[in-house]
Amino acid sequence: MRKKWSVAIVATAAAAALTLAGCAQGAPPSAGGGDASEPPKDLYTVADNVDLTGSPTYDKAKAAGKITVGVKEDQPNLGFLDAATGKRSGFDIEIAKWIAASLGFSEKQIEFKAIPSANRESAIVNGDIDYYVGTYSITDARKQQIDFAGPYFVTGQGLLVKKGNTEIKSEKDLAGKTVCSATGSTPIQNIKANFPDTKTTEFDTYSQCVDALNDGSVDAVTTDEAILIGYAAQAPDDLEVVGKPFSTEKYGVGLPKGDSALRHFINKTFTDGSEVWTGIYDATLGASGTKVDQPEVDDYQ
Amino acid sequence: MNVLLDNLDIFVTGFRNTLIMFFASGLIALVLGTIVGSFRVSPVAPMRALGTIYVNLVRNTPLTLIFFFFVFGYPKLGLPRADYIVLAIIALSLYTATYVAEALRSGINTVPLGQAEAARAIGLTFGQSMTLVVLPQAFRAIIPPLMNVFIALLKNTTIAAGFSVLDAGAIRAYLSERGEPQLVVLLWVAVIFIALAALLSWAQRALEKKWRLAR
Amino acid sequence: MSSVLFDTPGPRARRRQVVIGAITVVVVAVILGFIVYRFAVTGQFSAQKWSIFGYALVWNDILAALARTLAAFAVGGVLAIVLGFVLAMGRLSDHAAVRVPVMLITELFRAIPLLILMMLFYYGLPTIGIRLTPFIAVVAGLTLYNGAVFAEIFRAGVESLPKGQREAGMAIGLRKGQLMRMILLPQAVRAMLPIIVAQLVVVLKDTALGFIVTYQELLYLAKFYGTQLQYGSPIIPSAIVMGSIYIALCLVLAGFAKLLEVRLRGGGRKGGRKGGDGDDGLAGFPTGTSVMRLANPDAGGTGAGGI
Repeated sequence: MRKKWSVAIVATAAAAALTLAGCAQGAPPSAGGGDASEPPKDLYTVADNVDLTGSPTYDKAKAAGKITVGVKEDQPNLGFLDAATGKRSGFDIEIAKWIAASLGFSEKQIEFKAIPSANRESAIVNGDIDYYVGTYSITDARKQQIDFAGPYFVTGQGLLVKKGNTEIKSEKDLAGKTVCSATGSTPIQNIKANFPDTKTTEFDTYSQCVDALNDGSVDAVTTDEAILIGYAAQAPDDLEVVGKPFSTEKYGVGLPKGDSALRHFINKTFTDGSEVWTGIYDATLGASGTKVDQPEVDDYQ
Repeated sequence: MNVLLDNLDIFVTGFRNTLIMFFASGLIALVLGTIVGSFRVSPVAPMRALGTIYVNLVRNTPLTLIFFFFVFGYPKLGLPRADYIVLAIIALSLYTATYVAEALRSGINTVPLGQAEAARAIGLTFGQSMTLVVLPQAFRAIIPPLMNVFIALLKNTTIAAGFSVLDAGAIRAYLSERGEPQLVVLLWVAVIFIALAALLSWAQRALEKKWRLAR
Repeated sequence: MSSVLFDTPGPRARRRQVVIGAITVVVVAVILGFIVYRFAVTGQFSAQKWSIFGYALVWNDILAALARTLAAFAVGGVLAIVLGFVLAMGRLSDHAAVRVPVMLITELFRAIPLLILMMLFYYGLPTIGIRLTPFIAVVAGLTLYNGAVFAEIFRAGVESLPKGQREAGMAIGLRKGQLMRMILLPQAVRAMLPIIVAQLVVVLKDTALGFIVTYQELLYLAKFYGTQLQYGSPIIPSAIVMGSIYIALCLVLAGFAKLLEVRLRGGGRKGGRKGGDGDDGLAGFPTGTSVMRLANPDAGGTGAGGI
């Protein structure tokens, strides 16, 4: 009885797999939601003579001939991995590539590693990655363990709703509504503390929140506006970001603590490369039409 | 100690939800498990088949996947919006019920043949001989395995943390965002679980003593 | 079908059974039909949501994740059995100084949820400077938790053996270690094999918690595919695919358990195992000829005490 079952199920699964493998041919859909998911190739070049001394991180990467970068892989238009093509895309990814190029590493010499939020500090401290670019807010608590270059982007807590939602225009309209964010994250604790009439739903990833928003289980998704813009850009007909950010988050590049030489170098790259920054932004996050200025870096000593 | 006292709000909410899920799912699983267990020895073939398929399918699926289907699948059914804790309770109940059913089956196993024969001899129907003769005896014999199932249920409630229920399993995520040392937080959670499990073991011994079978 | 629980049905009873049976089938069909219908209406079976499973890279990833699931299962399972042996020996020791601490350890790891255990290893230990890879965190959690369960299984196995075995062993002058190694353990393990395999099914299922500590096994992948917006966030399709894989794996293991059970029962061995159905990790029920055995000859269990 049981054996027959297992055979039947395995057979069905195998048959399904074969059928499916046969049916989805052709080019996969574009990950960025639009055509302009990648900035023009000639925006910057891979540096030949890198003038950087006294950076153990850089020396190590140079000796290895490759640089290891920590990123996110589940945030469209920021840090995203297309499961079918293996292609990474998004604002953070392009920023990471730009930094690598300024250090003399071509795209082929970059090894991307997906590191979830909870493990970012330890990945940097342990030297698993050389630097981290992925919606990484600069905070004093984190500065105890690591250093930040940048900020390269400033955002704040925002709200994502279904397009045409007339009830929620800003965070003031949240009473009695259900909002979704990542389990235990700062935005959700902020909502619980400051908007006690608001119901909350928490998932591991924002994609699940967006899914819940689409099927009507929640009324809004809240987190850093940059992340929300990424989702809105993915489905501009269904989703929109409303209101103004009601907190401030500054995204930085996470670096090993004490590597000031590398930090100053990246900060200088940001400061000198405002055209590159704009080019990257317009091709990724800005694809949905929003305009933002590059923030000034905080090159602390 | 400070970690516990400073964040008492999260600890209390977390374990309150854990206990709500535990008691609600435990009760539903007990009822459902008894029904399914009876299905598996029922004279009606489709009922037996249903019981067998249900138990084997659910028992061989990781609980996390069952949560997947309920938490992400239910909203797609277009039924009224349900609280996530309710969906979690349903998922836990359906999963635990299979273990209750299996424990019960082994309990029915312990009821001497003569009991069932005697029940039939005095003209009881299947339903009557189950409810009046076999099940009452089976339940006493399976207090230890049943308690194991409930202790497992208590521990399994933590999985709901990944599915939008602020329970004991979600405490870590909250407090790490507040900057508390995670090791201390998790040790406190573990200690509370050990205490709760000890309480259940104690209840098991008390029940066993009270309902000891005189054979 | 006849059973001690009910008479061979007469014509009226048969009619009634057919009606009840039909109602059961209809109710189940309606519920399943409704679910499938709603899933279909909301596009869960649409080509877009399933298209992601048409790419070779995706199947490579699934195979890699399957390999990681199996690796965690294999290593965790073996280590758990080894630990179970050690703990069981400790609990059966004649010295209270060994027995009591081992008992406490066993109870401890049985009481802490596996999820919390894995989190302790992965998120907790770095606080004091020990950092483990997700794989080690998963394996360590599986080992400690299931090791405690295995310890109980082995102990119950040894204790379920007839007293005469131990006495006979001592009578021919075996030392305690020899007695355990040559007489008691072989019988206990043999008697408990079905339960041991059943507990291994639990270990396999528990690897599914690995995604919580970012171990990239099958469920981690299912969640990741849920984020693939350009394929319609196929979370339900991926859950169906991964679920089928798990059920297939578990059924193979369960079938193996069943096979072992049949083999052992046919082995014609006296003593030891009574009743002989590997259901609940608790040996020593007064079974004898039971209602169940006659009522339902197909009733073999896949489960075990720990969930």
